[in-house]
Amino acid sequence: MLNKIGDVINSENQNRIGLAFVSMVLGLLLTLQFRATLVQKESLPFQRIEELSARLIDTEKERDTLRAALREVTERQEKESRVANLSDLEMTAGLVGLTGPGLVITIDDSRKTAKAGENMNLYVIHDEDILRVVNELRAAGAEAISLNGQRLTATSEIRCAGPTLSVNNVRSAAPFEIIAIGEVTTLENALKMRGGVVDTLKVWGIQTAISPRTSVEVPPFNGPSPFRHAKPIARGGAGESVKSGNAAGGSAQ
Amino acid sequence: MIISIVGLSVGILLGMICPLDIPVAYSRLFSVALIAALDSVFGGIRADMDGKFDNTIFLSGFVVNALLAAVLVYLGDQLGMDLYMVALIAFGLRVFQNLAIIRRYMLDKKSN
Repeated sequence: MLNKIGDVINSENQNRIGLAFVSMVLGLLLTLQFRATLVQKESLPFQRIEELSARLIDTEKERDTLRAALREVTERQEKESRVANLSDLEMTAGLVGLTGPGLVITIDDSRKTAKAGENMNLYVIHDEDILRVVNELRAAGAEAISLNGQRLTATSEIRCAGPTLSVNNVRSAAPFEIIAIGEVTTLENALKMRGGVVDTLKVWGIQTAISPRTSVEVPPFNGPSPFRHAKPIARGGAGESVKSGNAAGGSAQ
Repeated sequence: MIISIVGLSVGILLGMICPLDIPVAYSRLFSVALIAALDSVFGGIRADMDGKFDNTIFLSGFVVNALLAAVLVYLGDQLGMDLYMVALIAFGLRVFQNLAIIRRYMLDKKSN
């Protein structure tokens, strides 16, 4: 084959070897281009690919920004709900001062003087009287209560301490001022109920003044943490110990 | 004439055998190179028929034309213009001109 071509080249003008070479290049290019065109026809048009990839990149960018925004929102929400939880807990524990509509109840000892032979104690305010008032307020949905500036918490006591009353281990004497935050009319009605607390106290001449206010303030509990002995139990562990206790009880029977 | 046909067939054969693929990005460059080669071949055949074929002129013409066309393509890409069209049209026009002259030569030969 090559010899033949060489013969042809030799037989013709020697100079034409350039022509043969360029013709060969042309043939090569033709076939390559032809094949490339075939491939292009088989696959998606080039422009379409460019368009699609541009759109893909755009969409991916959009997805990334949306994802980042979502993460941000979720994080913020988590933080907020944690903060909300915390502030709720603080309010319940009485660690923050609270304000809102409520009642100011002033209770003072009776002006009646005990008749001779009568028990003086009947005309004096007792811890039980205050406890009943507070109980009534709580039943009526009071959200925060303070007694003579002492916030009533879950561990607050109202206890007789001689002629005074001890709340949060702070003593105070009459008159007692109870501040309660809650729905004003409900609280007031609960106290003034016929045969209710106020009625009972009146019998003994104990003076009660209930004044509804649109805004009252309950101070925070500012004593030390009441937990010195109690420690929290891990939630999983609590169930275990209860279970084992039951099992022990069962075997004893 | 014959020699160019032989060369063309060898080239086509080579192209079919060798597993080269033109990347899509270079397809324009290749099309310009193709038309440059086409122009050169027809120009060469015509010069041969004129009897004034010169290997140096022919080869240098092919190389320089192809290079210029490639430069035009590159420049066009950089400037955002379809400058390779210039090369395509110029080469295409010359191909037609050369083809017309070759046709007349062949007709003359036949009538002689």
